[in-house]
Amino acid sequence: MSVLDDARLGFSDIWPAAVAAVPIGLLFGALAAAKGLSPLEVFVMGALVFAGGAQFAAVELWASPAPVFAIIFSTLLINARHVLMSASIAPKLGRFSPAQKLMGLYYMADENWALAEKRARVRQLTPAYWFGMIVPFVSCWLMTTTMGATVGAAMGDPRNLGADFAFTALFIALVASFWKGRVTFWTVAAAGIASALTYKLVGPPWHVAAGALSGLLAAWLAAGTEPAVLAEGVKS
Amino acid sequence: MTLDTLNLVAILGMAAVTYLTRIAGLALAGRLDLSPRAQAAFDAIPPAVLVAVIAPSALATGWPETGAALLAALAATRLPLLAVVAVGVLAVVGLRMV
Repeated sequence: MSVLDDARLGFSDIWPAAVAAVPIGLLFGALAAAKGLSPLEVFVMGALVFAGGAQFAAVELWASPAPVFAIIFSTLLINARHVLMSASIAPKLGRFSPAQKLMGLYYMADENWALAEKRARVRQLTPAYWFGMIVPFVSCWLMTTTMGATVGAAMGDPRNLGADFAFTALFIALVASFWKGRVTFWTVAAAGIASALTYKLVGPPWHVAAGALSGLLAAWLAAGTEPAVLAEGVKS
Repeated sequence: MTLDTLNLVAILGMAAVTYLTRIAGLALAGRLDLSPRAQAAFDAIPPAVLVAVIAPSALATGWPETGAALLAALAATRLPLLAVVAVGVLAVVGLRMV
């Protein structure tokens, strides 16, 4: 297969995900603008970070002046899953040069990672396929988020439209997409209660760390009470 | 078109830690063997962080926000992402008028 065919295949695999991200990108830009970020800052963040969930969380925490430590800490926690994802995809990048690996992984996100894993089951991954996915996907995110920030800034006080609550609703929907039953329930309950209490008693930004760590601890404890047979099944 | 220095610092920090998580796998590949329990805690990271970020808005702002959060959670069991956002936003606007 030629390089061009491979790149075209990457594009045809990613475009539904790119289209689905259009309204999310517009929403992100509008919410970032409501927090005082300029369209240029939104563009730079998308180009350098390119991580939807982490970007939404960061903008929710954003204030003037920016709570730099809380923003970076929250980003690290949310993106920690990338460590497992890249560990899984790395052995499948045999046809990539070291530079192509380092560049390609810069824009590894949930969607293109999942598609690449799927593709790797039937064919060896090529740089053309990978970049054929990434270039349109990243361009789409940059265009829609910057557009959202430009339009959003003209909308005025987001509270009037309930837009300040859009994050909360969006995150609730995202949590549902990560749902794995009982363990997730205890995670969510512990994280929610610990975060709300810390916010009231200590104040921001400590609620993020306290809530997240309580959630992890709850997941660890809840998973330990899972029936032994099930735990063995997961291991094998 | 402005680029605030502190905002840029935060963005660069976000970019650095994110890239680190994305290339960590190159060094770890084949060497990562998590216990089921550690795997469960690792899988719980995204929902734990998401909930920790929104809990003050959902649980410690006022009853309209808490009510709308409950409605959004209910909607999330059967509706797609953007529909859940619409339900949450409409609910909070409605409940704030009460």
